[in-house]
Amino acid sequence: MKEKYIEDLKEIKDIMNRSSRFISLSGLSGIAAGVSALIGAYFAYQTVYFEQNYLGYRRAFLTTESLTQLLLIAIGTLILAIGTGVYFTTRQTRKQKQQIWDVQTKRLLINLLIPLATGGILCLMLLAKGYIGIVAPLTLVFYGLALINASKYTLNEIRSLGILEVILGLIAIQFIGYGLLFWSLGFGVLHIIYGIIMQLKYKS
Amino acid sequence: MKELLKDLDKAFENKIRLGIMSALVVNEFLDFSTLKNLLDVTDGNLASHLKSLEKKEYVTFKKEFLDRKPNTKYHATPKGKEAFKKHIQAIEQLLN
Repeated sequence: MKEKYIEDLKEIKDIMNRSSRFISLSGLSGIAAGVSALIGAYFAYQTVYFEQNYLGYRRAFLTTESLTQLLLIAIGTLILAIGTGVYFTTRQTRKQKQQIWDVQTKRLLINLLIPLATGGILCLMLLAKGYIGIVAPLTLVFYGLALINASKYTLNEIRSLGILEVILGLIAIQFIGYGLLFWSLGFGVLHIIYGIIMQLKYKS
Repeated sequence: MKELLKDLDKAFENKIRLGIMSALVVNEFLDFSTLKNLLDVTDGNLASHLKSLEKKEYVTFKKEFLDRKPNTKYHATPKGKEAFKKHIQAIEQLLN
């Protein structure tokens, strides 16, 4: 009889998780997002730090032309990251026989997008005013807050990833000149590490 | 032992009814098709179990129209949530 109730408890927990959280987040989409970020960061680096005197103080040069180019790189990176993310996650959803566009997905996306859009708009406003240095750290901070906010509706790992992104962003504000480096660490390396961890943990 | 068993709710003996309640206590509401996909049961099966939970006043529903299609949203009542909590506590004590 005990076995029946142990089984019952397991089932209750499983149904609670499946009905209230989005569990089909694929580790592969994290890895893909990280790789996209690193590619984007490489092109951004080429755009911002051209013709550098490597022995002197490093400065970011931004002309209207390179700013446009930078925005194009950012948009390209975003499309690549979201595209691969959606692809791998949809594949995972099908494998777990879940629906891709249901209450859980919507709840997750709304809670992710509120802090994220706020940060995005703020960054664009700062960029327009010429505060270039602060933008890369701030994207990390707001992305981290968005993850923490959304983590209630998906796998637990997302919360600690969010906290790490916020910490990294705050450190980056102290070292403005290394913004792109911290950005690559946060959006590139952390995504890849977390992607691998989640892929190994939830592979079955 | 007998004391413990009395707290176990007959309404939750059935796997599907237990599943319905588990889902409804962690969600404000769920519609019929979401419940159906979640528990992987047929329309008729789900409807009959929902009806028996309604009879015990553990579950209520609200009919709405979404794009002119009827959409039924199911909620767990306070009474149902309380009964579910008691049932889980009884199971936990039983296993200790």
